[in-house]
Amino acid sequence: MILQGLFDVLFNGLSIGAVLLIAALGLAIVFGLMGVINLAHGELMMLGAYTTFIVQNAFKPLADTPLFGLYIFVALVAAFLVAAVMGLFLERQVIRYLYGRPLETLLATWGVSLILRQFVRSVGGSMAIGLVLFSLLFWGGQALLRRRPDWNQLQGRALAVLLPLSGAIALVASFLLNGQPALAKPWFSARNIDVTAPGWLRGGLNFAGLQFPTARLFIIALTLVCLAGVYWFLQRSAWGLRIRAVTQNREMSACLGIPTDTVDALTFALGSGLAGVAGCAVTLLGSVGPNLGANYIVDAFMVVVVGGVGKLVGSVVAAIAIGTLTYLLGSGNVPLWMTQLNLTESLKPLFDFFSFFATTSMAKVMVFALIIVFLQIKPAGLFPQKGRGAEI
Amino acid sequence: MTATAPTRPNQSKAWIKEVALVGGFALVFAVLIPLLIPVSRLQILGRFLSLAIVALGIDLVWGYTGLLSLGHGIFFALGGYALAMNLSLQLPKDVIPEFFGLYGVEDLPAFWEPFKSMPFTLLAVFVIPAAIAGLLGYVVFRNRIRGVYFSILTQAALVVFFNFFNGQQKLINGTNGLKTASAQLFGANVGSEGVQFKLYILTIVLLMGAYGLCRWLTSGRFGRLLIAIRDDEPRVRFSGYDPTAFKVLVFGMSGAIAGVAGALYTVQSGIVSPQYMDIAFSIEMVIWVAVGGRGTLVGAVLGALLVNWARVLLSERFPEVWLFFQGALFLIVVTVLPDGIIGWFRDGGINKARAFLGFPPKSRTFPAVDLDENIQREREMVDAAPPASGESR
Amino acid sequence: MSSPILDIQNVTVSFDGFKAINNLNLSLDPGELRVIIGPNGAGKTTFLDVITGKVQPSEGQVLFKGRNLRNTAEHKISRLGIGRKFQTPRVYFNLTPRENLELSYNRSKNLLSTLFQKPSAQDREELMRLLTIIGLAGKANVPASILSHGEKQWLEIGMLVAQSPDLLLVDEPVAGMTDEETERTGQLLISLAETHSIIVIEHDMEFVRQIARQVTVLHQGSVLCEGTMDQVQNDPRVIEVYLGEPQEEPA
Repeated sequence: MILQGLFDVLFNGLSIGAVLLIAALGLAIVFGLMGVINLAHGELMMLGAYTTFIVQNAFKPLADTPLFGLYIFVALVAAFLVAAVMGLFLERQVIRYLYGRPLETLLATWGVSLILRQFVRSVGGSMAIGLVLFSLLFWGGQALLRRRPDWNQLQGRALAVLLPLSGAIALVASFLLNGQPALAKPWFSARNIDVTAPGWLRGGLNFAGLQFPTARLFIIALTLVCLAGVYWFLQRSAWGLRIRAVTQNREMSACLGIPTDTVDALTFALGSGLAGVAGCAVTLLGSVGPNLGANYIVDAFMVVVVGGVGKLVGSVVAAIAIGTLTYLLGSGNVPLWMTQLNLTESLKPLFDFFSFFATTSMAKVMVFALIIVFLQIKPAGLFPQKGRGAEI
Repeated sequence: MTATAPTRPNQSKAWIKEVALVGGFALVFAVLIPLLIPVSRLQILGRFLSLAIVALGIDLVWGYTGLLSLGHGIFFALGGYALAMNLSLQLPKDVIPEFFGLYGVEDLPAFWEPFKSMPFTLLAVFVIPAAIAGLLGYVVFRNRIRGVYFSILTQAALVVFFNFFNGQQKLINGTNGLKTASAQLFGANVGSEGVQFKLYILTIVLLMGAYGLCRWLTSGRFGRLLIAIRDDEPRVRFSGYDPTAFKVLVFGMSGAIAGVAGALYTVQSGIVSPQYMDIAFSIEMVIWVAVGGRGTLVGAVLGALLVNWARVLLSERFPEVWLFFQGALFLIVVTVLPDGIIGWFRDGGINKARAFLGFPPKSRTFPAVDLDENIQREREMVDAAPPASGESR
Repeated sequence: MSSPILDIQNVTVSFDGFKAINNLNLSLDPGELRVIIGPNGAGKTTFLDVITGKVQPSEGQVLFKGRNLRNTAEHKISRLGIGRKFQTPRVYFNLTPRENLELSYNRSKNLLSTLFQKPSAQDREELMRLLTIIGLAGKANVPASILSHGEKQWLEIGMLVAQSPDLLLVDEPVAGMTDEETERTGQLLISLAETHSIIVIEHDMEFVRQIARQVTVLHQGSVLCEGTMDQVQNDPRVIEVYLGEPQEEPA
């Protein structure tokens, strides 16, 4: 009985840890390599989840064929790409102006996350058209004006005219288009959406009298694949080498001809893409909504804080530890075991203590307390950055 | 640079000016505005003014000391809960608040007992948040956890407190929170217009008090040390100061200020609930300060009032736009207005804007230059000499 | 012979197995001005980190006035009377030179006195005198961020003096200074040496020759040799690791 419970805790802990890890992986890369805190990471996950939803709908005509089951793989790729492109856009337009100012980056990315959240709530035909119109006018106008020889003097004034002008045109256009009910209707609205998992991920494997849901096994496998991919990319590929070089010494890398701008953009896109994959993965666990990101972001950050930014393996250990602890405390297994072992009487205070924390939200309280205790011993996490330059 | 700008000689005059200015504003808010708008609207303004108090607390830790707290909602809510618990207990003897019945609780939980006393509650409103903030600060700062790590940990703490209050129905009515509108205070209903007006005045008084406290803390040697910690914390250590103690103190103070603000906000909105510990609300507090201008106390107050006013305007008419607007506000403040409105004006923002748009900035002459004898003499010499060839004005 | 003010005994500092400082021994007498030179990576800055408590030695001990500094926090070491100037000037940019100095000058650095005490008239006079010495009297009330590089260096030296420590640790004080500024800095250090013990780390050989009486050469984390400038310059080991070919010694 107890052995079975232990097995249950291990599996579920691993499974929660895998979700945490896949959510934290991109965050850890962006934070560890670039020192950028991305509070919009959760919203990039949400974009991944919504992309999965769209891909699934596109596969609807195939619903009765075995091909439908494969949509998840298309969705994984699509989610990665959508989130990566969004990340790229974000990096080029906002974040690159904020390097070396982590607190400002944090606030700016929070702004982005608010916008993305409201965006998926209210995006509809008219809004999409308005956005396209705005992009065309604003960036297209800039591209046109850039050809002029006196662009440098003109730049500020051009921006001051273009931005409100194209904004106003786009706004008026979408207001007018809102008259058409078909265009005014939001695509997703604020309601949660449900992604149907493919048939082959809906069952479970029976082993030693325990049920292992296939979806969770799939997420664990996916996490492993992502981890291996990231490891290979950073340690074995040419661009990985460049990324690591820029992390170590930006000036020197630039002198050696490494395009640091491209490296920054690439790193951020990679981290964002991983968020998209994570978003795709969590659709298998239940319905998703515009606030999906908020549910994961704090836990994912805790993984990074506990793991330290020195090595990826830190995030792995931290994710599994936090996942297992959360499940162990929250599932009520501990008081159950104590009952089975007849320890409730002799260890009454301990029993009450564990019973008190035996809900998911209370387990989080306990885990946070443990994290704080852990940070008293290892303030910079499991694998801190070492050496003289680590802390100025 | 022979004539340095005289920055100090008129210190006492500057003091009088500032006191007069702050007092003047307080009078406008306390006397003039109540004549113009109904009490129901006054209540909203009172809420904003209490939010301005939190903004002062945030400015103290972020603007001056460089500690970005994303968890001030904890202290805000704790202050609110402390007062709300006392108000919920304004009942006949041996009667416990109604909501306990819903969960089958018959005895008042022990930690509620002291809140029966008004003096204890008034202390608890700021002492409990200060203690929690101090403790949290101590365990974090002691290990030299700083910067974004600190921010993330305060956010995690916020989530934890939210979970705790949200999950504990039997102790604190969980997600429903505590209502104060119908409670009795000194024989009058808290929600009644009379009490609400008094609370509005009290908010103004306490806002002035908080302003004075922050002004005192930031103007002397202590304030300069806070700025030194923000600029270069390790250096402070090598100068012989222990930054941990100062940071704990200032974070605790800030928590206390947030607690008072939370209590005022609670009684003026009629409820305190775990929603006060929403992640978004706590980050929003930071943006108030950022909009007004961090590192300036006036900026914090101004920012809180402006942003909240904008929120009411926008969310009453176009609720969808508010989040877009708020998100854009974060982006604009960080990228274009890093020192907020006050900082923009202080740094000659108008000239900068002109330069950005490609117009020449309006030139200014310093009176000191005109008065300088050497420069006068040089000018006369230049004017007397014939202009160099090919040079035109 | 008085007992040494600073005594470093068999100190080793290792980061992940790399020994930044390897079994280092050094002692400094009260009132001594010592210059430490060494090639890049010789462990000079780590050496200061160990003394000021920023880095704990893996082995060995640091004695200051006979007191073991192990596990003493940086601010306590500073209060014991060790002042440090950093390689790149580290002053508080958003404070004025006067305020910068005042923070260092303040004698009671605990929480309450920082909150409630105000500088006395005598303190202010003393600060003004110091501002004049470091040549910043005219810029006493402007933000330190707009000072020139040399002025920042001087301000930081001023902060060090204001702290009135018994031992001054000065890391590359003349980096980025003009020749004239370098000269003045040298004079300042020599005059300070009359009342303080000083350790200077420097690369600029001209400057070292100006101020040095006793020179210690660090190499790969240990003391390579010690002596007067002439002795050190003619030591074949030093020539090999640091000065290069004898003819090519830096001017």
